[in-house]
Amino acid sequence: MNLMMLLEMASSAFGDRIAIGSKDGSGVSYTTLYENSGRAAQLFRSSPAEKIAFLDTSSIALPTALFGSAWAGLPFVPLNYRLTGDEIRELGSEIAPAIGVANVSMQDALKGVPEFEAIEREDFLSQTREGEPPDADWGMDPDQIAILLFTSGTTGAPKAAVLRHSHLVSYILGSVEFMGAGDEEATLVSVPPYHVAGMAALCSSVYAGRRIVQLPNFDAASWVDTAIKESVTHAMVVPTMLSRIVDEIEKRPGVSIDSLRALSYGGGKMPRPVIEKALHLLPDTNFVNAYGLTETSSTISVLGPEDHRNALESEEESIRRRLSSAGKPLPNLEVSIRDEEGKVLAAGTSGEIWVRGEQVSGEYLGHGTKLTDDGWFPTNDGGFLDEGGYLFVEGRIDDIIIRGGENISPGEIEEALLTHPEIRDAAAIGIPDTQWGEIIVAVIVLSNGSNLPVDEVKAFVKDQLRSSRTPDHIVTMDELPYNETGKLLRRVLRENLSDFPTDEG
Amino acid sequence: MELRAGSRIKSAVCDTEVIAVKAPAEDIDIRCGGVPMTEHTNSEEEGGTPAMGADGGTLMGKRYVNPEETLELLCTKPGAGSLGVGDTLLEIKESKPLPASD
Repeated sequence: MNLMMLLEMASSAFGDRIAIGSKDGSGVSYTTLYENSGRAAQLFRSSPAEKIAFLDTSSIALPTALFGSAWAGLPFVPLNYRLTGDEIRELGSEIAPAIGVANVSMQDALKGVPEFEAIEREDFLSQTREGEPPDADWGMDPDQIAILLFTSGTTGAPKAAVLRHSHLVSYILGSVEFMGAGDEEATLVSVPPYHVAGMAALCSSVYAGRRIVQLPNFDAASWVDTAIKESVTHAMVVPTMLSRIVDEIEKRPGVSIDSLRALSYGGGKMPRPVIEKALHLLPDTNFVNAYGLTETSSTISVLGPEDHRNALESEEESIRRRLSSAGKPLPNLEVSIRDEEGKVLAAGTSGEIWVRGEQVSGEYLGHGTKLTDDGWFPTNDGGFLDEGGYLFVEGRIDDIIIRGGENISPGEIEEALLTHPEIRDAAAIGIPDTQWGEIIVAVIVLSNGSNLPVDEVKAFVKDQLRSSRTPDHIVTMDELPYNETGKLLRRVLRENLSDFPTDEG
Repeated sequence: MELRAGSRIKSAVCDTEVIAVKAPAEDIDIRCGGVPMTEHTNSEEEGGTPAMGADGGTLMGKRYVNPEETLELLCTKPGAGSLGVGDTLLEIKESKPLPASD
């Protein structure tokens, strides 16, 4: 089993199709990508490197280096180019001996790391275009490591999740139909290479035969422009991106992205007002909400277009609220909700989300596996399944607020706050308190021009939540801290509020 | 023949090539077109045509399974023969197409 078999199949069945790049003729075909990956593998094999790092934004070099690594049998390690020089050097030393394909402006960060050779992107690409490609001689050991992804580390030191060829190939075979895309289809990839969705997008698109259009640095205006220019039919965005895209579309009356059939979102909690507005602004686009983790080779559950429509049209709140759910688990996976002792909980009861299946890794480099003896991965995400089997994700277990012995999910409070039209963003966190153990602080961002008084916000949520779940304090900020892939940095919020006076509201 | 996940094998009587996605621990009499399949690296010229009843053909990108689902083969090159274990033909693993999510 090897990721290369996906590209080999694409190359032999529809080799002349454009795999990646523009439809204007400058794109690269599946056959060219296949041959370039072979030459990249030769380059990697001729060096003492044991891992292939990637420190760059998206370009044609990304799939070439990914598939070249798979061909050479070496782990591919995309690094977060937004880290500081010191952080990058630290990760570099951790994975050496290695070769790193790097952007010319980022190359310097890797200088001086022992046993680390940086190749500049253009230099790498020109070397993959010359000479005879090798025979198809990649290994088929399913347990070989395909990708190492440093998890975003919203809670502490980054750890590298291990994704083996078996995990990724199982994910693709189980969720993507070979050559399922028409030759007019194109997907716009704007998540960075070091995000699991970025890696998964390359593999799924190659197997489906869907042209990849890359947007290396996301901004909403270029996203809309590129989608129109390249007749993009599919795209995946994280919640902060969708929120900006919605604002951008509103700013341009009459603009329409007619080609866009499907828009998938995931990677963080989507505020309901944003998705409702998006559904309204793009009435002909199918929306898909995907939930997954790095450790599970991307998506494990999906809320499909039909689910979105049913939820929007339903009179019943139990169906309507499914718009905030992550949909149903993929058919070749099992999901269950467990209590602290690992006992399965009934529908409707919140606990920890556990998942089992062939795409689930749950392993970290140097830290072993987190899987239980019978193969279950406790995700550390809280949530519940409703009567119909829809999965609701409530956020990291560590973020759950324990106030006076009661477990309170921040998501529930945030959801309630966000139903107010003048509240643009909201986060609820617990801060230590001598009387209650923890008290609830809600941080809100008001819509432009709003002067909504805190008292009114309090009264508004009190009507919707039990009194024990009503925020003890409400703080207003201009922006909430997110990382660049749309994850709310609760740790930063907690630090900012650590000296918050708890004796007054 | 002994198969492991990742093994590549090919038909002796048509163009079919497959990769084992899942394989049982024990030896298995795996055939294409009614004739035992061979190692992918086998370069011997083999002639013949698929036997009657085992000539429905294979489709690229489809997964084929036995009734117990202990064996799963991914077709990486299509051909005129049908896959089987002994005289029992394998079936296409039906999968509900999922919306693109990444």
